[in-house]
Amino acid sequence: MKLSKIFKNVFVVLIASLVLSACATKKEIATDIKGSMQGDVYTGTDTVKYLAEGVPDRVFFATNESILTTASRETLRAQAAWLRKNSGINVVLEGHADERGTREYNLALGERRANAAKDYLMTYGISSDRITVLSYGKERPVDSGSNPLSWSKNRRSVTVKAN
Amino acid sequence: MIKKIITLFLILIPLNSYALIEVDITRGNLDPLPLAVSPLSIDEKSRKSFEKALQKKNIGEEISSIVENNLNTSGLFNPISKEAFLQAPDIANLKPRFEDWSLIKAQALITGKVNYVDNKLRVEFRLWDVLAAKEMMALAFTTVPSNWRRVGHIISDKVYERLTGEKGYFDTRIIYVAEEGPKTQRIKKLAIMDQDGFNNKFLTLGNELVLTPRFNPASQMVTYLSYFKNLPRVYLLDIETGTQEVVGDFPGMTFAPRFSPDGKKIIMSFAKDGKSDIYTMDLENRIVEKITNHPSIDTSPSYSPDGKYITFNSDRSGYQQIYIMKSDGSNVKRISFGNGLYGTPVWSPRGDLIAFTKLHKGKFYIGVMRTDGKGERLLTENYYQEAPSWSPNGRVLIFYRETKTNDKGEGFSAKLWSIDLTGYNERQIKTPTDASDPSWSSLLSN
Repeated sequence: MKLSKIFKNVFVVLIASLVLSACATKKEIATDIKGSMQGDVYTGTDTVKYLAEGVPDRVFFATNESILTTASRETLRAQAAWLRKNSGINVVLEGHADERGTREYNLALGERRANAAKDYLMTYGISSDRITVLSYGKERPVDSGSNPLSWSKNRRSVTVKAN
Repeated sequence: MIKKIITLFLILIPLNSYALIEVDITRGNLDPLPLAVSPLSIDEKSRKSFEKALQKKNIGEEISSIVENNLNTSGLFNPISKEAFLQAPDIANLKPRFEDWSLIKAQALITGKVNYVDNKLRVEFRLWDVLAAKEMMALAFTTVPSNWRRVGHIISDKVYERLTGEKGYFDTRIIYVAEEGPKTQRIKKLAIMDQDGFNNKFLTLGNELVLTPRFNPASQMVTYLSYFKNLPRVYLLDIETGTQEVVGDFPGMTFAPRFSPDGKKIIMSFAKDGKSDIYTMDLENRIVEKITNHPSIDTSPSYSPDGKYITFNSDRSGYQQIYIMKSDGSNVKRISFGNGLYGTPVWSPRGDLIAFTKLHKGKFYIGVMRTDGKGERLLTENYYQEAPSWSPNGRVLIFYRETKTNDKGEGFSAKLWSIDLTGYNERQIKTPTDASDPSWSSLLSN
């Protein structure tokens, strides 16, 4: 009896929280740092566009890093599969850095990140002739915020159709 | 350290110019030298001629206020309000009544005269030591009237040099990147202005992203990064003719350009396949030399003033740090060992110091260290600031600062700032738009 009452209370709380989260806008969820960053790599979907269904256009990086995470590799494998299916499409890989670095170093870092993505696409059969790398350093942030979550969204390599 | 201006007096030797007042530039600015800049006197006929030619009511007053403003912003001098002056400009220029000037606590006095002669601007000025009751310097210039602001700057340089014993930096220009628009889509143009913010001129239209302009030693050419046709490359611009040409047209990105001290080469980074190395290009024969060869990021190169060494930053140790090497790329040596990341090293025109940006615990610092990495001194701390550039006399650094945005991502701005090597006299330099990536020219008149 007592136990079932507890269960009932828990159930009520659960319902309440479900209703609450349903009320919350997508943006509010995205600003929850714990939910959308792993280490300091962005894992959310805010700002992400899709090249095709199930093919996200971008991968994210840790501060000062150009190492591809497990999630990034999955994204790039989906991109490679899509590129193999659409052999007439060429892409530009746009590498970016967050605002917390010197301009010139960030240009180099963006180039290194885009190249990490390029190398991975190449190992999945995409010819380097179809890929152009373009670094923007810290010049084109996608999120203008000055906080760790905004920075994590800006540390990215975005695959853009070139034709 | 005591921050005080030292004034020395009268050594009695019968020479035309001997050391009277002396300002010790190596100290701070807590006690700047009080001086009076009397308006340059002008006769009514000349005044009217200049009013017609330049649309300035009293060119004598205009020039003296340029001098006053320059000396004031240097932080070493404290110009006294003109309202306190007891003696009229024309009489003061003939023979100052030193008691009157000493009464208002002026230790130095600048007087002068402007004339309209054969469609030219003729300016004479004198610098007086008030306490010693002596003339320290007298000079005259003749130039085209449109050069009137430069005359003000040249007088400022002469006074600065006479009182501090070092070359001035007022007759100079700043090239920078003018910025507009939202943070995510900034429009950037090359812009040039006088060191005091006047005569601002945009050199590109903003159709493509441009970054990091730097003067050549003659201050006639600029090298910079342009994203023309979405190909980030190093370009060369002739300021007078407006001619632009690409100089770093390699298959990849070229960036971070600077001139060699003789102006004959451009040193830059070339990024390809995730590596950035340092290269030079001889502007005459277009011969390209690879200077560094390392899988890391090597960028932001800057020559020593004698051209024998190069400083740059590299993350070959795992993090961004400052290195020096011989100009052929040999003897690479790390010099920054403090806590944090170090970038944008720039060799001082005097050769003894390297200015840098440091990132430590979420703060950005502009600092200087000796060329062996010792004697690190942080001059200023902020949310974001970087890219120092030296005044030609090596006494002042100009850099840019960006502001932190609020929770909604609003409130972003970028501005130019300067600070003395002493760590004092931090000032914002007013620009018509937001601004970044400043580069200081050499002294235009020499």
